[in-house]
Amino acid sequence: MLEKRYTGRLSENEQSLIMEENAEIQSKLIVKLNEFLAQDAILSEVDELRPYECDGLSAYQKTPLLVLLPDNTEEVQKIMVICTSMGIPVVARGAGTGLSGGALPNEHGVIVSLARFNQILDINTDHFTARVQPGVRNLAISNAASAYSLYYAPDPSSQIACSIGGNVAENSGGVHCLKYGLTLHNLMEVTFVTAGGEVCTVGSAALDSPGYDLLSLMTGSEGMLGIIVEVLVKLLPVPDAKQVIMVSFDEVESASVAVSKIIASGVIPAGLEMMDKLAIQAAESFAKVGYPTDVAAILLCELDGNQEDVEEQSILIQQLLTRAGAVGMRIAKNAAEQMQLWQGRKSAFPAVGRISPDYYCMDGTIPRHQLSHVLARINELSTQYDLPVANVFHAGDGNLHPLILYDANQGELHKAEQFGADILTLCVEVGGTITGEHGVGHEKLDQMCVQFKPQELQQFHAIKSSFDPHELLNPGKAIPTLHRCAEFGAMHVHNGQLPHSDIPRF
Amino acid sequence: MFDNDIAAQLQVQVQEAIANKTRLYICGSKSKAFYGNPIITDQDLDVSSHSGIIDYQPSELVVTVRAGTKLPELEKILAEQGQILPFEPPIHSQNSTIGGVIAAGLSGPRRPFSGAVRDHVLGVQIINGQGEVVSFGGQVMKNVAGYDMSRLMVGSLGSLGVLLAISIKVIPAPIQEITLAIDVSSEQAISLFNQWRPTSLPLSASCFYEDCLYIRLSGGIRTTTAFSESINGDVLPEADSFWQAIRNQQHEFFNTLDKPLWRLSFPPATLALRRLEADTLIEWNGAQYWLYSNAPTNIIRGIATKHQGHATLIKGDRPEVNYFHPLAPASITIQKRLKQKLDPHGIFSSGRIYKDF
Repeated sequence: MLEKRYTGRLSENEQSLIMEENAEIQSKLIVKLNEFLAQDAILSEVDELRPYECDGLSAYQKTPLLVLLPDNTEEVQKIMVICTSMGIPVVARGAGTGLSGGALPNEHGVIVSLARFNQILDINTDHFTARVQPGVRNLAISNAASAYSLYYAPDPSSQIACSIGGNVAENSGGVHCLKYGLTLHNLMEVTFVTAGGEVCTVGSAALDSPGYDLLSLMTGSEGMLGIIVEVLVKLLPVPDAKQVIMVSFDEVESASVAVSKIIASGVIPAGLEMMDKLAIQAAESFAKVGYPTDVAAILLCELDGNQEDVEEQSILIQQLLTRAGAVGMRIAKNAAEQMQLWQGRKSAFPAVGRISPDYYCMDGTIPRHQLSHVLARINELSTQYDLPVANVFHAGDGNLHPLILYDANQGELHKAEQFGADILTLCVEVGGTITGEHGVGHEKLDQMCVQFKPQELQQFHAIKSSFDPHELLNPGKAIPTLHRCAEFGAMHVHNGQLPHSDIPRF
Repeated sequence: MFDNDIAAQLQVQVQEAIANKTRLYICGSKSKAFYGNPIITDQDLDVSSHSGIIDYQPSELVVTVRAGTKLPELEKILAEQGQILPFEPPIHSQNSTIGGVIAAGLSGPRRPFSGAVRDHVLGVQIINGQGEVVSFGGQVMKNVAGYDMSRLMVGSLGSLGVLLAISIKVIPAPIQEITLAIDVSSEQAISLFNQWRPTSLPLSASCFYEDCLYIRLSGGIRTTTAFSESINGDVLPEADSFWQAIRNQQHEFFNTLDKPLWRLSFPPATLALRRLEADTLIEWNGAQYWLYSNAPTNIIRGIATKHQGHATLIKGDRPEVNYFHPLAPASITIQKRLKQKLDPHGIFSSGRIYKDF
């Protein structure tokens, strides 16, 4: 919807003019690319391009000029040199599972798919690291490392499909980042191709590196600063003991309080997740894992580490949960049961997809003590917009995933977007952020104007231009222009809702 | 705790520096003045009186603090709530400020086990190169809105902006800590590190010095006790003061004054510098070596590079040497541009991180 406001509707003549122009650039580009790319590495037919029109956020779609499938770094370098010389935008793409439209094509640009960078190059059992190409799937790393009783900690719900390059680009989280951190905390080194076609390595196999921390900048940079071609990740030994506790509550409020109490007790669970009634019901009818469907909320709490520590912590947590008003508690008896309890949680998104024609997944993060306030407010908004919400949270780290249920065929997309925007504004108001792990991408550009002042956005643009002076890498994503924010702000004043851009975040 | 907000005054000073093209030396107690290349400066910008806790709710595991707050004072407030800074930064003097800790990005003994400074910085408020007060990140663990400006500030040695406030993730203090002293050679120590790595031994620090390996175990009472009994070593009495001395670089090893002091950072369990062992102290399970040596810079940096690491000159009067390990050309280009773009008037800590930017 927003897209239309900014690009404007094109007349047929305008459209044909653009298509002609694009066709000319396309054919020039193909001639140059043919010199070094295999025939099957250049996709140009409409039906070949179609699968790349969107990522995991299918509400936004565009057709790229071309899709390129290089299979080595030199090819990526040459692509960048050619595109820079011709001023053609480049959008990098991993598995396309992103939820914020980060890999949405640019209609004047090419998609560089890293799908053929799919090799695990080395598992180093001395350093506990894995050197992998960006197209390797997240779960494939842990699978390969399991032969040495090692694993890669970050586990986004899409880990079966999502690629490590995309994880770095988005700084992906998962259900275990409360204890083990985000992608950032599990990365050692990243090699990327710059906008100018040079190869640059940041980080190292050591525990620190000289100079500015470019590894932190690259992580979560949404393909705006470089094209990732190799990644060195940290591996961890599989813990000796693990326990998963499922606990249910009659009120969302008491579940929220329990979360804070667990953290305050000095125990850091490996995972601490919360689901509300609608999410539980959807997950249970989809995955049939034995969740109680008549309660207001459940928490899934995983403890791991040494056998003795897990036992000590488990007793402490059980007592604490009982005092916090738990109405039911189940401890998984074995690994299979643990996996089952997690399975329900990890399939929550598709499960909700089954009970509603469409859903819109939000990703705000808030300070934990604001949980019950924010939940109550989301419920009010749900009534106001007349759209149901299923709430799935990484409760331990305050990362919310409200799933707004809507029907695009009934024209409810715009309403769902507005509802979503209100939730994100609320997150910023209580001292949180508009995105915990899904990224800004194309989707949350306007909310960036709510979270950041113009001076802060300018600083981001300065960073971008240090890496990509001609703004060819994923242009228009992640950081809005000041012009866009001015328009967005004006619109909000008109509606009587000021964007709270002056809220201090300290 | 001295609660004092002088952000507005500091901002005026920065704006004046921009107008007058004055090069500033952002400082707290100057306890890390020795660190990095000699700074090219016209004037001090003293942030030490910008101090106090802005927000601290222990159950959030986050503290937001003004940059001039003294490190020992901050640690005392955390300790009262049973929490610690996970990266155990060196306390170079009782007046060392948290701003200095973040700007220097130095982590202590706990680093390999619970993470570095940059891993725990969640948000910053700074005065940027345009003299504006801006904020990045926040107080929550998960936050991917915008580039990670907060972590870029870590280790930037005051060259990108003035830190006003920092939100830091904290962790619960371990219930029990036991330190063991084990008589072994450096080779045996490295092999022990490798042997322990896949196990669940709750290590939280290690130090090899003069044929003795010191390890600290942290965690629950049963676990630490059981593991300490399973290892053939002697329980070290007064272990806290031993680790404080290592952490703060006040151990007798650090009293050698007649040779330059180097810090070499390697992948874990690296066995290096055997011939210079008499002048080394090894930490971080073989990933951090301290070395006193008169050997030429290129030899020391060569050893570091050979083992996939890097070498920093910590102390030693060597004006001809870049204190930090040289960068690869592609990286230099980006780093220089970053410095130019974020400090367009060239007012912050010129020359300190690399001599030419």
